[in-house]
Amino acid sequence: MPNRTQSGLVAYTNARLLDPATGLDAKGALLTKGEVIADFGPGLFQGGVPDGIEVIDCGGLCLAPGLVDMRVQLREPGEEHKETLKSAGEAAVAGGVTSMVCLPNTDPVIDEVATVEFVARRARKNGLAKVYPYAAATKRLEGRELAEMGFLLEAGALAFTDGTKAIADAQVMRRALSYAATFGALIVQHPEEPSLATGVMNAGEIATRMGLSGIPEQAEVIMLERDMRLVEMTGGRYHASHVSTKAGIEVIAKAKARGLSVTCDTAPPYFALSELAVGDYRTFAKLSPPLRTDANRQAVVQALKDGVIDAVASDHAPQDADSKRQTFALAEFGGVGLETLLPVTLELVHNGHLSLLQALKLLTSGPAEVLGLAAGRLKVGAAADLVLFDPERPWLVDPALFHSKSKNSPFDGRPVQGMVVRTVVDGRTVFVK
Amino acid sequence: MRLPLAGGKRPPYSSATMIEPRFTHRHLLGIQGLGPLEITTILDLADGYVAQNRSDDKRKNLLLGRTVVNLFFENSTRTRTSFELAGKRLGADVINMQTSASSVAKGETLIDTAMTLNAMHLDVLVVRHPDSGAVKLLSEKVNCAVINGGDGSHEHPTQALLDALTIRRRKGRIEGLTVAICGDVLHSRVARSNIHLLNAMGARVRLIGPRTLMPSEVTRLGVEVFHDMRKGLDDVDVVMMLRIQNERMNGRFIPSIREYFHFFGLDRDKLSRAKPDAVIMHPGPMNRGVEIDSDVADDVERSLIREQVEMGVAVRMACLDLLTRNLANRGVQ
Repeated sequence: MPNRTQSGLVAYTNARLLDPATGLDAKGALLTKGEVIADFGPGLFQGGVPDGIEVIDCGGLCLAPGLVDMRVQLREPGEEHKETLKSAGEAAVAGGVTSMVCLPNTDPVIDEVATVEFVARRARKNGLAKVYPYAAATKRLEGRELAEMGFLLEAGALAFTDGTKAIADAQVMRRALSYAATFGALIVQHPEEPSLATGVMNAGEIATRMGLSGIPEQAEVIMLERDMRLVEMTGGRYHASHVSTKAGIEVIAKAKARGLSVTCDTAPPYFALSELAVGDYRTFAKLSPPLRTDANRQAVVQALKDGVIDAVASDHAPQDADSKRQTFALAEFGGVGLETLLPVTLELVHNGHLSLLQALKLLTSGPAEVLGLAAGRLKVGAAADLVLFDPERPWLVDPALFHSKSKNSPFDGRPVQGMVVRTVVDGRTVFVK
Repeated sequence: MRLPLAGGKRPPYSSATMIEPRFTHRHLLGIQGLGPLEITTILDLADGYVAQNRSDDKRKNLLLGRTVVNLFFENSTRTRTSFELAGKRLGADVINMQTSASSVAKGETLIDTAMTLNAMHLDVLVVRHPDSGAVKLLSEKVNCAVINGGDGSHEHPTQALLDALTIRRRKGRIEGLTVAICGDVLHSRVARSNIHLLNAMGARVRLIGPRTLMPSEVTRLGVEVFHDMRKGLDDVDVVMMLRIQNERMNGRFIPSIREYFHFFGLDRDKLSRAKPDAVIMHPGPMNRGVEIDSDVADDVERSLIREQVEMGVAVRMACLDLLTRNLANRGVQ
């Protein structure tokens, strides 16, 4: 890393500037001053960079806003053997993620001001990717009593969710939406009817052949349909996480068309993998929601093209080896995703489904807008959170090289294209390949 | 060269050792993936062992010095005994390890178990486990041949093979027969293995049972599904009954035993729809008066339930024989 100059000015020259929020895609340069973006554009430094400014030659690679990952499980506090704020932070910046939003399913649960502050303080100390916590929608994630949403918002909670559990009780969901709306806050749902989701993989032919209990698509669809009624009833703001089914996406599309305040995201496994990945009882492919049929996967791709899906999140769910080295029924759900988020999403670009700006939007300004987060765009005066990446460079996913403590990637061994070369948070380079 | 397919003219019974093995797998984890030739190889070899088992000199020293371990994570008497007898009749040392799955709730222990077994230098490991895929997981970690003695709702290959041998000896063929598998298909590994085997050998498979006990998209496995038992049994050659577990009877999948027996229990009346020479099979142990009426279960003309047990030992001897030949061929250990 070159030495910092005293001026605190850093010029990123010879870059392909990409800003999905404004549609900017041009050769140019970007200047940061201290922690913020001071200037950028195609014309900047055309006459050369003045003395006293540190120069980083981007070599024609893509310079974009740092990625905003709206669904990450950090495991700290409580399960530090799986992941810590530090290891997740390192994984994040290695994946080009400069802001991540963590689920409250830690131990203790993030349902009190003290826990929100603990996470925020610890993350700040690491100085890696910025961490914004979701707080629990219900106390202890039990789905019964509302958490202190007002206090939690004041402490810095970004939105409310029961994490990997659905808010299943209709009355509780109604009140959560309604009460959160008092403060203009968002409810983030894991859309899955738990009484139907007792299986371990997608219901259908493959589950039948393997003798595994199935989770029908209807578990997702039913919960989304119910929730749309409750959103309409309460006027609340609602976000559905990791949608995975064609029918579920149709429910969201209809709600959006009716003007409800509804958004949704998906995660790379749901547009890049199908239930076939479960293959020979591969527990790394045991995800929640389960990997679906290829027809559903194609519907997710189409919804990303159509703009029905607002964001792509990694759904990072670290599990230690012991939690996955089990029979399929006993293994834990989830896969790590921070370090494969960008390249797997770029597959949609390489396959011709999305433009580069469309794909980046799903990873930057898309989620930032859903969450009302001042991030994910190139803007003078905004925090200098940047990612420099080579969209073409090929590599093989090798979890042994991950920065994450856990190696449970459903993309283990996958050839991908697109590599993060440098990550900048608040003007500081925090990762260089 | 014309391959000897099932149902056609089989080569005359020959002594077991004369048959050239056409089974090159290291493990027997399931029927899915086996072809008719491999299945026929096992059945032909087993035929020879039936004769041996009926003779005075039941013992052969083919597996002398070999160690077979029966590792059972589920309660089982008949399957374990059958494997034990099969191993002993071939001259192997057979050890039974019965472990309750509840005390070994963690799969990590399963892998620890594999490490322990590796240190004991086994030749064949027979495993039964309540979780689908558990036997496959173990097979990846041990350095001996593995036979699936039943894993979850996935497969129970030796049961399907013994059923096939029983049918072939009674009917002279498998190809072209219509076989009805009746009952709790959803949870049944026996049903899955039989579906694969019967399809591979050219039989027609029907499934009969209430909709709550049928797996999702099961017709994709190449079967016809019936919910009316009388219609389903029309003109079938073989009726295979499945055991229904008591814990599934209390309103979760079906409302009551008496209702189940009324609609899906095999009795004389329903059986009258099948062919006059149709045979009845059951993997055991039977729930008399639940899925099968004692009257038909004990009908010596129709019921093959006793023969199934006899064929079980012979088929398991054939499997042990073939897999240990492959151990030798590969120079393992």
